[in-house]
Amino acid sequence: MKEDNDISQQLAEAVKAAAQKRTPLTITGSGSKRFYAGDIEGEKLDVTGHRGIVSYEPTELVVTARAGTPLAELEAALADKGQMLAFEPPWFGEGATLGGTIACGFSGPRRPYAGAARDFVLGTRIINGKGEILRFGGEVMKNVAGYDVSRLMVGALGSLGVLLEVSLKVLPKPAREVTLCFEMPADKAIQTMNTWGAQPLPLSAACHAGETLYVRLSGTELGVQAARAKLGGKPMDKGNDFWREIREHRHSFFQNDVPLWRLSVPPAALPIDLPGKWLIDWGGAQRWLKSDASATDIRMQAEKAGGHATLFRHAKQNGATFHPLPAQLATLHQNLKRAFDPDGIMNRVVAV
Amino acid sequence: MSTVLRQQSPEQNARRARAAAQLREFMPRAAVLTDKEDLHPYECDGLSAYRRLPWIVALPDTVEQVGRILRLCHEHDIPVVARGAGTGLSGGALPLEDGVLLSLSKFNRILEIDTANRTATVEPGVRNLAITDAAAPYGLYYAPDPSSQLACSIGGNVAENAGGVHCLKYGLTVHNVLGLKFMTMDGELITLGGKALDIPGYDLLALMTGSEGMLGVIVEITVKLLPKPERAQVVLAVFDEIEKAGDAVAAIIAGGFVPAGLEMMDNLAIRATEEYVKAGYPIGAVAILLCELDGTNEEVSEGIAQIRTLLLKQGAAEVRTAKDEAERLRMWAGRKAAFPAIGRLSPDYYCMDGTIPRKHLAKVLARIGELSKEYGLGVANVFHAGDGNLHPLILYDASKPGELEKTEDLGGKILEFCVAVGGTITGEHGVGVEKINQMCIQFTREELAQFHALKAAFDPKGLLNPGKAVPTLSRCAEFGRMHVHGGKLVYPDLERF
Ligand SMILES: Cc1cc2nc3c(=O)[nH]c(=O)nc-3n(C[C@H](O)[C@H](O)[C@H](O)COP(=O)(O)OP(=O)(O)OC[C@H]3O[C@@H](n4cnc5c(N)ncnc54)[C@H](O)[C@@H]3O)c2cc1C
Repeated sequence: MKEDNDISQQLAEAVKAAAQKRTPLTITGSGSKRFYAGDIEGEKLDVTGHRGIVSYEPTELVVTARAGTPLAELEAALADKGQMLAFEPPWFGEGATLGGTIACGFSGPRRPYAGAARDFVLGTRIINGKGEILRFGGEVMKNVAGYDVSRLMVGALGSLGVLLEVSLKVLPKPAREVTLCFEMPADKAIQTMNTWGAQPLPLSAACHAGETLYVRLSGTELGVQAARAKLGGKPMDKGNDFWREIREHRHSFFQNDVPLWRLSVPPAALPIDLPGKWLIDWGGAQRWLKSDASATDIRMQAEKAGGHATLFRHAKQNGATFHPLPAQLATLHQNLKRAFDPDGIMNRVVAV
Repeated sequence: MSTVLRQQSPEQNARRARAAAQLREFMPRAAVLTDKEDLHPYECDGLSAYRRLPWIVALPDTVEQVGRILRLCHEHDIPVVARGAGTGLSGGALPLEDGVLLSLSKFNRILEIDTANRTATVEPGVRNLAITDAAAPYGLYYAPDPSSQLACSIGGNVAENAGGVHCLKYGLTVHNVLGLKFMTMDGELITLGGKALDIPGYDLLALMTGSEGMLGVIVEITVKLLPKPERAQVVLAVFDEIEKAGDAVAAIIAGGFVPAGLEMMDNLAIRATEEYVKAGYPIGAVAILLCELDGTNEEVSEGIAQIRTLLLKQGAAEVRTAKDEAERLRMWAGRKAAFPAIGRLSPDYYCMDGTIPRKHLAKVLARIGELSKEYGLGVANVFHAGDGNLHPLILYDASKPGELEKTEDLGGKILEFCVAVGGTITGEHGVGVEKINQMCIQFTREELAQFHALKAAFDPKGLLNPGKAVPTLSRCAEFGRMHVHGGKLVYPDLERF
């Protein structure tokens, strides 16, 4: 394990210098999610040296760590105290860092029931495009002083600033988890997931893959037992491995280089009429599609269903990742980008 | 501060008459108020120490009208303040003497309850509790439950990122909003999200939540509905020392529990409440904790037994479990009536809203006690202990000259202490006009400048709710000087300054 290290001043100097020369920067962690936003032009600004847990108080349910801290290290420290990152972030690579995770804003199977990455962010320390070190939010559960810049950073892909530190709310690990399997087609699975979602059940994940609906229950021993008795189904031996495979895209569904689309739609949306193979996660709200259909068709169908579509992996050409925004909203994005990064040097992601 | 009633110059009067006439071109006469007696109900929000008679009140009832109002004001550089139900506690909806107060009260329709997706789509003027009422027949509810939920509007909740007793487990407003429609100051309608769990682009849903009416006027909201838990049960723990109660809170959290609510009241609050609603609280207790668990029947039974043991181990003198639903509701009725109950103790009270790391609860409460003595003003505490969100209520009498100033000074001291222990000046009530000076303590110049730049990205002319939420740098410079002059610069050694 590498030493903890605070290089915020050094990073801020580098950004300041780049701003003066208007040199574009590409903020790099371990590179585990490089597939997502594509290559970003610019001089490398390596944040992996800025690492270590700054503070962790299990009784406060809060951890603060530097952006370059490997998720592996962070999650191990939490597990040691019986706690976890409840948004179950995908790593997409052994070296995954906290900064990259928050910048991408990805969340795993627990998301519909526990919340997304942004829901657990309490505060951040960032470097804006002028090279200023700024702190927003904090380490307390509730904080409405000033605009919620911390949550704005989640999913902004580093385009508004360099994440230096992130404070996250953590949760106790459930005492017991069980995964149940039910054979059924997709349309019935969508219905079932949403029917159960409207009942007071200790659900913590629900996904349909192949011809099977997988449902995870989390809670106390007694609570999980009672819910299991109510739902029936076949318990799965290695439930945790299954959800990790789904989360990390190591499940067989993901194993080919057909373009992978992520459709974020209302959970009860009916099956979407597009050619290709589907894996339905998040109780119906996140639908993975392996398809060669045109981006236009996919985006149109996603919108019709009340959501949007992202070309997540295996794009055949650059620049088609993100769902285009309506003109007024796009203008707001550009204004915001300028407000944080007047010289436009931070991660020039095609999204904005 | 008392009512500001500045005489308007003839020029200003003419300008006002012109603006009113232009508004009446597309709104009924009765929806554009300019007469003094009509304006009075709008002169303050829930923070009644600050009052100002609005210039004009506009009461639109269509989104199209909101757009026209905004475009008109934008064109003529007339500032606009949005107002929901006016229950805010930081003066966020305080009107301007030269601007339009835009009341969203006519936007009170519930547009859709979608049971399949478990969402409610509503207009901004809908009352918080009305959403839960509309969802109840389907076994669903809207989780954030501010104590003001009978009166406050969901638009105001979004603008303040309101919290409530159940936010410890179910999150604040920001965790429960899926979609928003809002209008920027130039009258453009922006749609964010809908019923899906996330939105493309930057997370403007999060940014809009808690933005105190500074970035846009919210005209439609889609919120998440949750299934009503099978069972809820509450225990009441009695403590003879504040420290023990504070430590018990930490122990519950450390024990891996996520209570649906975890509230604390001190002796003054207990006595006032008991006298007012007879909730059965022990009036001799130094502090009580109310801890509620919810979930499936089995989970709750198991958890309550464990919590009882834990509380006794933490030194609770007594732990009561509600015998039935009626007793559970009675225990909560006391907590929910605490503000008005305390209001009976004194002609006026001033509600603070700092949040601190839970481990400092005992220390901060002790400090508040000291300050209370020092200033000779009573302070009652009733608050969201599980979240570390304090609500010290300072008792004062506004009719006594100088007492409000003294109260504000004491309040400021409390907030500064919250910041010093790693907390924040506001957990859920917002900055508004009230805590604008304390913003200078919590944030650096660069951070405040970043807020201003962000605001300008939405509202380059600075016409939406000007003067609220984020202080100008010159104001902070003045505030800083004030403190140094008084020889009272607090915690000069702390890095955050
Ligand atoms: C007795 C009492 C108890 C309270 N308890 C709690 C509590 O437990 N938790 C809590 O969080 N708060 C509490 N509050 C504070 C208050 O109720 C909340 O802040 C509430 O969210 C305000 O809603 P409102 O509709 O009254 O907003 P208003 O007071 O009308 O406005 C508040 C702010 O929101 C802006 N705004 C309002 N509507 C819109 C809109 N449509 N678009 C854009 N901006 C808008 C206004 O400009 C203003 O800045 C309490 C208040 C009282 C009086």
